Amino acid sequence: MEALLATAIGVLTACGVFLILRARTFPVLLGLTLLSYAVNLFLFASGRLRLDAPPLIGAAASPTDPLPQALVLTAIVIGFGMTAYLAMLALRALAESGGDHVDAAEEP
Amino acid sequence: MRNHLPILPILIPFAAALLQMADAQRTFQRAVGLLSTSLLLLVTGWLTLLADDGLLRVYALGDWPAPFGIVLVVDRLAAAMTLLSALLGCVALLYASSGFDERGRHFHPLFQFQLVGLNGAFLTGDLFNLFVFFEVMLLASYTLLAHGGGLARTRAGISYVVLNLLGSALFLIALGLLYGTLGTLNLADLAHRLTLPGHDPALARLAFALLIAVFALKAGLLPLSFWLPHTYTAAGAPVAALFAIMTKVGIVAILRVQAIALAPALPDLLDSWLTTLALATIVFAALGVLAAPRLRALAAWLVLLSAGSLLLTPAQASVQASAAALYYLGQSTLTGAGFFLLAGVIAEQRGAAADHFRSGPPPATWQKVAFLILAATAAGLPPFSGFIGKLMLLTALREVAAGPAIWSVLLAAGFLVMIALARDGCYLIWKHPATGEQTAAPTFAWQRATATLLLVTAGPLFALFARPLSDYAERAARQLHTPTAYLAGVLATPSAQAAPQGTR
Repeated sequence: MEALLATAIGVLTACGVFLILRARTFPVLLGLTLLSYAVNLFLFASGRLRLDAPPLIGAAASPTDPLPQALVLTAIVIGFGMTAYLAMLALRALAESGGDHVDAAEEP
Repeated sequence: MRNHLPILPILIPFAAALLQMADAQRTFQRAVGLLSTSLLLLVTGWLTLLADDGLLRVYALGDWPAPFGIVLVVDRLAAAMTLLSALLGCVALLYASSGFDERGRHFHPLFQFQLVGLNGAFLTGDLFNLFVFFEVMLLASYTLLAHGGGLARTRAGISYVVLNLLGSALFLIALGLLYGTLGTLNLADLAHRLTLPGHDPALARLAFALLIAVFALKAGLLPLSFWLPHTYTAAGAPVAALFAIMTKVGIVAILRVQAIALAPALPDLLDSWLTTLALATIVFAALGVLAAPRLRALAAWLVLLSAGSLLLTPAQASVQASAAALYYLGQSTLTGAGFFLLAGVIAEQRGAAADHFRSGPPPATWQKVAFLILAATAAGLPPFSGFIGKLMLLTALREVAAGPAIWSVLLAAGFLVMIALARDGCYLIWKHPATGEQTAAPTFAWQRATATLLLVTAGPLFALFARPLSDYAERAARQLHTPTAYLAGVLATPSAQAAPQGTR
């Protein structure tokens, strides 16, 4: 399971970084989303990976650490809000400059 | 009431923002905003005086003791920084209340949320909570930056938002690593566990390096500072004035993490690279000051220059260097903000020439005097606070290994800034068309003139009260550099002692 999760995080990060380095706002937005998925998985894994251990006392013999799950929840909410704002900003740049280049510059 | 004092700098602007969102009437919003910032000024001023007794005020949110719950920690540094942000907030809001806030909706609540984020980031003693307050501050700043509209602001906004989202991702990775290796995110508890055996030192080191990199992005250290000048240039005058303290959040965070967690356990983490990069930042910013085409851009480059000078100090880890940094931080923040507001009023006065350095109608006399005072302060000329700040920095950094390099770069940068300011001042003050196209001077809202003058007088006042201020800075630095007292203060709650280990 560790290998699978590590591979998933690695692939997501690589794709995210690749997309962020593009010069169009839409791929950059997608790249940031992928990167935030990778980060959320990573945060989740910081509480150690365990099967059949809900983060509730009494629900299992040994509960898992609830804190990383709370952190992930906070991170998801914040990341979602930020991404939505960036999408709005990109749309506004598209309307104002007529292109979707990240510099909002006119096409040469 | 007295016990709840530490959380008031967060609650007051928060409540004001909620009130302002309930009623969108402009006069109501302005009244609530100004009331909130003046209240904030009183509370943070009182907090700063209280904190001077040297005791650590720890406020446990929800009364959960330290390593388990989130704590706010008020020491001299945190209190003084909230006072500085309240001061800046008060003045910038006064300026914005004369028409700038009408250029878009929701300016006032966002302004208050920015203050919530700033104060929270200075006060919190928990790294995840620091992340949350960073995001509150940044989200408000994204929208404030775009306030007023225009392609330049949108363009600056996209790169600013993308960069900061990347910074947040790195921040979260650092936090995940820290929690995975040390099992806590409370700064005091982290520092405590770093000194205990049983964790992977390489991973902890990597986590702290990532954390410092994120703070360096916010502070504008050289390879991560290309966003700063055009973002600050694009922002409206009062927004840019408030932004002048945002780079300082990163610097204070580096200073605090270095003093509390890194100095005892990983003292060599910042050694080899931070000072070099800070020197490169200073050179970069000084060249930028020379090349700036307008006063707003010049102010943005000056903000970067002061950030570079301040980043020289964390790697030294000495009380004297940190004290110099704190005094320099206070005066350079207010001077930078003053330049932004002055650029706003001068642009309005000169009409089409705006604040560009080219011939045009001359600014009013008080604006010329204000420019002179601010320029002398920024260039570090003797009677003003810039000189005292730079002198303190130079004295503190004389004995260190990189001393000669630091001295030459700081002095050369000061010389370049002086040349640039003298040249630009000539353009603004003397070069105007001889054929008198004397346009009638626009009538000023008193708020703008008052706000600008308040910040202009900060330089002379910092020089006049240099002794008490630098003494306070020294006491704050001494408190900052006694991590044992910090650890004891934060972790000495009964239940924390009952379960000293095994909280994983």
